[in-house]
Amino acid sequence: MNRNLGYILAFAFALVAPFVGYPVFLAKLLCFALFASSFNLLIGFTGLLSFGHAAFFGGAGYVAGNALKAWGWPVELGMLAGLAAGAAIGLVMGALAIRRQGIYFSMITLALAQMVFFGALRAHEFTGGEDGLQGIPRGKFLGLVDLTNDTALYYFVLGIAVLAFMLIVRTVHSPFGQVLKAIKENEPRAISLGYDVDKYKLLAFVLSAGLSGLAGATNVLVQGFETLTDVHWTMSGLVILMTLVGGMGTLAGPMLGAIIIIALENKLGDAGIFLTNATGIEWFNTIGEAVNMVIGLIFIICVLLFRRGIIGEIVAKFGNKKPA
Amino acid sequence: MEIFGVPLPAMMSQLLLGLVNGSFYAMLSLGLAVIFGLLNVINFSHGALYMMGAFVAWMGMTYLGLNYWTMLVLAPIIVGAFGILIEKTMLRHLYKLDHLYGLLLTFGITLLVEGVFRSFYGVSGQPFQVPDALAGATDLGFMVMPNYRAWVVVASLLVCLATWYVIEKTKLGAYLRAGTENPKLVEAFGINVPLMVTLTYGFGVALAGFAGVLAAPIIQVQPLMGQNLIIVVFAVVVIGGMGSIMGSILTGLGLGVIEGLTKVFYPEFSSTVVFLVMVIVLLLRPAGLFGKEK
Repeated sequence: MNRNLGYILAFAFALVAPFVGYPVFLAKLLCFALFASSFNLLIGFTGLLSFGHAAFFGGAGYVAGNALKAWGWPVELGMLAGLAAGAAIGLVMGALAIRRQGIYFSMITLALAQMVFFGALRAHEFTGGEDGLQGIPRGKFLGLVDLTNDTALYYFVLGIAVLAFMLIVRTVHSPFGQVLKAIKENEPRAISLGYDVDKYKLLAFVLSAGLSGLAGATNVLVQGFETLTDVHWTMSGLVILMTLVGGMGTLAGPMLGAIIIIALENKLGDAGIFLTNATGIEWFNTIGEAVNMVIGLIFIICVLLFRRGIIGEIVAKFGNKKPA
Repeated sequence: MEIFGVPLPAMMSQLLLGLVNGSFYAMLSLGLAVIFGLLNVINFSHGALYMMGAFVAWMGMTYLGLNYWTMLVLAPIIVGAFGILIEKTMLRHLYKLDHLYGLLLTFGITLLVEGVFRSFYGVSGQPFQVPDALAGATDLGFMVMPNYRAWVVVASLLVCLATWYVIEKTKLGAYLRAGTENPKLVEAFGINVPLMVTLTYGFGVALAGFAGVLAAPIIQVQPLMGQNLIIVVFAVVVIGGMGSIMGSILTGLGLGVIEGLTKVFYPEFSSTVVFLVMVIVLLLRPAGLFGKEK
């Protein structure tokens, strides 16, 4: 009951948010909340640490960008193309990566994602190389609602994010999700119980990749451009951090983490200027450019002191005995 | 003389370049394997510490006027000491947890270290002179060989082989190997395992620093120089598996050569060929060339 109330409150807040904040920024938050939730499906509920999620996010972003701009597809199809692209890249990468376990899995996903990055760097016709894709049109939802209106765009993205999130919740609580949890807790045991573990892992990987692709596609729609930043491995690191900060293996954690990290990224420059003015040390001005430095620091703090993440800590302190 | 339509000197110089890169892969993957063996941590910060080695050498030469040879010894020691600090203050607390936390922590350290250097030095390369004794080139008849590159290959091979010898043939190495198999039992025999773990991490990291100093005169010294390298080295580690010291060395060198040859024949694939090899190895021999599935 408690949780449903939380969802309703969060949803109600999301509904009124564009009247308070800047809709485009809020829509961007939603995209990353979706991205982190999809990533969490893998790390939090299957126990697989992928270091290559940028490939799905960015790869799908390029496909959706081209679908909307070069091929002139309607916006719904563009988003679906992103979903399909993410799932397709995920199928190939997943099939290779699940051949090894544990830490090797992470290294393989990282290496394969780097291949996608180099591919994007070279495929100039498709990705625009260093320049990226610019001026991607937003179009009209079902040919009726003009998405160039920021508020309409926000609600469009909110709809997608809510649907995707419902799918994630449904997956986690389904029998399939229970098998994933069993694999996470004790893989040899799941094998001995007769589950085809590789098949389950691959399906979870493809699902996570597809939803990450959807997140990448909506992100392109919101921003109106797509660059190499989205396929770079720092993006994979960023989504890990979002999930870690919010709480791996909790449903709400990654969304909260995404909101915190993206907001931080945006406000860091201001904070640097503030610190410079307050302390008189010029060096603080560079913080805005060296976002990675701060991100790295948060990473270290989280891993050392704060492994359960915000929601995880709350659940551990106040929650009932059955964690989310 | 030509081989498959490629002039021999061009071919040889790419091969040498491949060997140079291969030496770096070998030294870095060797360090990763040694660390992983004892600590069960994949040290993501290896690339950043390689960069740090190069930078420390550059700083010593620029600010303190020390020469290359002093820094070749000093920089790895400083990087190693920094590694020991990381191990003592942070990594130590994660051994009982899932491996992935070690990876995440060292990933954070990577971003932090690279970010700090970047905030002071920007992203442009710092000039680094080849030491006088190794400047110039030797004409071997079939190719002109830059002396410094030959030195890099020789020096790395020596260091790699020395490491192999110590680990496989000496008493100290025996402790280390025993610690890799069963740390609790080794500790019961009165060996100070925590100290051994600390020193192993320091050593593995010092290898990365040493590679960084060697690389400094040929690769631009800049804060992000380790970023792409570490991912390639990860692929090398996946290809070779981390079970064998010699395996790491050979895989590193071999992939460097393959990369060099690719530059001659299909330049557009040179940045991805190592990853392609990784894919093939995963399909044919999932445990890696020298690997035991752990």
